[in-house]
Amino acid sequence: MRIESRRRWAIAWLTGPAYLWLAVTIFLPLSAMLYFSFQKKGPFGRHASEFSLKHYEAFFTKGYLQDLMWRSLEMGFHVTLLCILIGFPAAYWLARRIRGRWREALFLLIVLPFWSNALVRIFSWTIVLRPDGVLDRAVHLVIPGLPTIDLTDSYAAIIIGLVHSYLPYMILTCFLSLQAIDESLLEAARSLGARSWTILARIILPLAVPGLAAGSILIFVPVIGSFFEPRLLGGPKGTVIGTVIEEQFTVVSNWPLGGALSFILLAIVLLILAAASPVLKKHMSTT
Amino acid sequence: MRTSGMIASALLAAAVAAQPLAAAEVRVLNWQGYGTDETWGVEAFEASTGHTVVHDYFNSEQEMLTKLRTSPGAYDVVLINSAFTIQAAEEGLIQPIDSAAITNFGDLSPGLRDAAEFRLDGDLYGVAWTWGLTSIAYDTEEVDPGNTINILWDPAHAGNVAVRDDSVENVYLAALATGQNMNAPDDLDAIRQKLRDLKPQIRTFWSSEDEWNKEFVADAFDVAVYWSGSASRSAKAFGLPVGYLIPEEGAIAWLDGLSLAAGSANPEGALQFIDYMVSPDHFVRWDTEVGAPASANGVAMNQLPEDAFNRQVLGDPAATANLQFMAPLSDETRETFLEIWEETKAWYAE
Repeated sequence: MRIESRRRWAIAWLTGPAYLWLAVTIFLPLSAMLYFSFQKKGPFGRHASEFSLKHYEAFFTKGYLQDLMWRSLEMGFHVTLLCILIGFPAAYWLARRIRGRWREALFLLIVLPFWSNALVRIFSWTIVLRPDGVLDRAVHLVIPGLPTIDLTDSYAAIIIGLVHSYLPYMILTCFLSLQAIDESLLEAARSLGARSWTILARIILPLAVPGLAAGSILIFVPVIGSFFEPRLLGGPKGTVIGTVIEEQFTVVSNWPLGGALSFILLAIVLLILAAASPVLKKHMSTT
Repeated sequence: MRTSGMIASALLAAAVAAQPLAAAEVRVLNWQGYGTDETWGVEAFEASTGHTVVHDYFNSEQEMLTKLRTSPGAYDVVLINSAFTIQAAEEGLIQPIDSAAITNFGDLSPGLRDAAEFRLDGDLYGVAWTWGLTSIAYDTEEVDPGNTINILWDPAHAGNVAVRDDSVENVYLAALATGQNMNAPDDLDAIRQKLRDLKPQIRTFWSSEDEWNKEFVADAFDVAVYWSGSASRSAKAFGLPVGYLIPEEGAIAWLDGLSLAAGSANPEGALQFIDYMVSPDHFVRWDTEVGAPASANGVAMNQLPEDAFNRQVLGDPAATANLQFMAPLSDETRETFLEIWEETKAWYAE
């Protein structure tokens, strides 16, 4: 009995700070925003608080908000897919082919963008992608006579910038999964006559699913809420639900509408994760 | 210990505020670096009148109003954008001005001097000082500007137009283009449609003066919405072939006035200071040495060098006959304008 209660205290002492931290940094701000999203007006000015659903209704009655939400989801899908297509082979190569010091050096190169400010990264891309920019000049150096390459203010520019920003997540999570694969499994498969393709599809890919899933979630969720990358790289083509939410806070101080749109975005993310979870669970349990 | 220290400093602050101030001090409340605090100007004023000038600054119109509300009697002269003058007068933050005390009053352009935004119940609450525009700048080497705001919608400039990503500014422009009062447009659908029609024209959004100049040099656009003061700098300081168009439909204008704070300890000195500020002496030096917005003083504008941007472009009374001055907007109106602009941007992005 005494041991039992001491255990409980120990658990409380050990986990308490973490829960307190979560409560202060996540739960409190989120619940304040949830409260505002059901208010008629924001926290500024002299007016009584008044319950209202109108900001949630706005999303369902205003077509352009739904269009922009869809656009953001599409953008998240495209970025995640490209990150998988580039990140998985890169992680595979790093985990199974490169050894020793080279691997450290390559890791450094992959993580390097993380150490620079996100805004600086995006502004650098505007220099690369603009007409007579780095890309334009490089291409013309190789093939003169091509028409000017101008990717500024385009959807492609947004995708390039976002993939570059979020790719390290995919490489790192996939790397961890791939590195944990027991070499003897692959040797066994080979000794039984399996071809490389079969090994990849039947052994490596299924075992890498946790990494792919973790990377996809880490990328998809922030990308659909992103706002400064689309704005800076997309210009007139860069309006997404994230920029609309941001403008509610920065331009008109309309916290209720900004909050309501954020929670709708959150609800959609949770729905997507819930829909994906049976598939993921199946894969996780087979490993 | 800490509490008593705080109380002591609060008492000290109250004592300082309550102390009768030397009558020879003129206390000015303005944006920092906005004309009144030029060292040569302050020195000239102090030498000629014997008053000393003390400055305090604000970073937003709301802050200016708050300072006037919370420290009555702490200021003599305050700069107020004409959109806020009547509000400040109604709240009793500023007092009526006897125009006879302003010797330069007769030289001020009548359209600005007599603006309704400066008057409450027939009394004058602000002396027109400076003004400027948001209108259209163009590449003088490539564009024949004509005289209409529809240059922005002209298919000849398709894909060659830049605007600022600002809901109020763009709704205002569309209101002018559809012949409406931009401060109280009644046909929002016409504005919506006009903004949608801009889609094939738009090349890019600009967000700062620096960016505007860089993109102009990179030939990203030929026609773009721009601020008059910035266009003046592009042409004068950077030598760019930038022309400025004030369309016959009108342009978005702002007007700043100097007001006399309520409870001023030195109203006489304050009026002398205002008089000096609106004089040609001060303005000509300000514009030539530093770069200034346009002066409300017509005589001052005419004393600028022939090629001065302020004189050439903004000095033409015919061009400035149809200006619409920005009025304060309610939260609801701002939200409506933002919604229209975001809906339009969603359409641009498709």
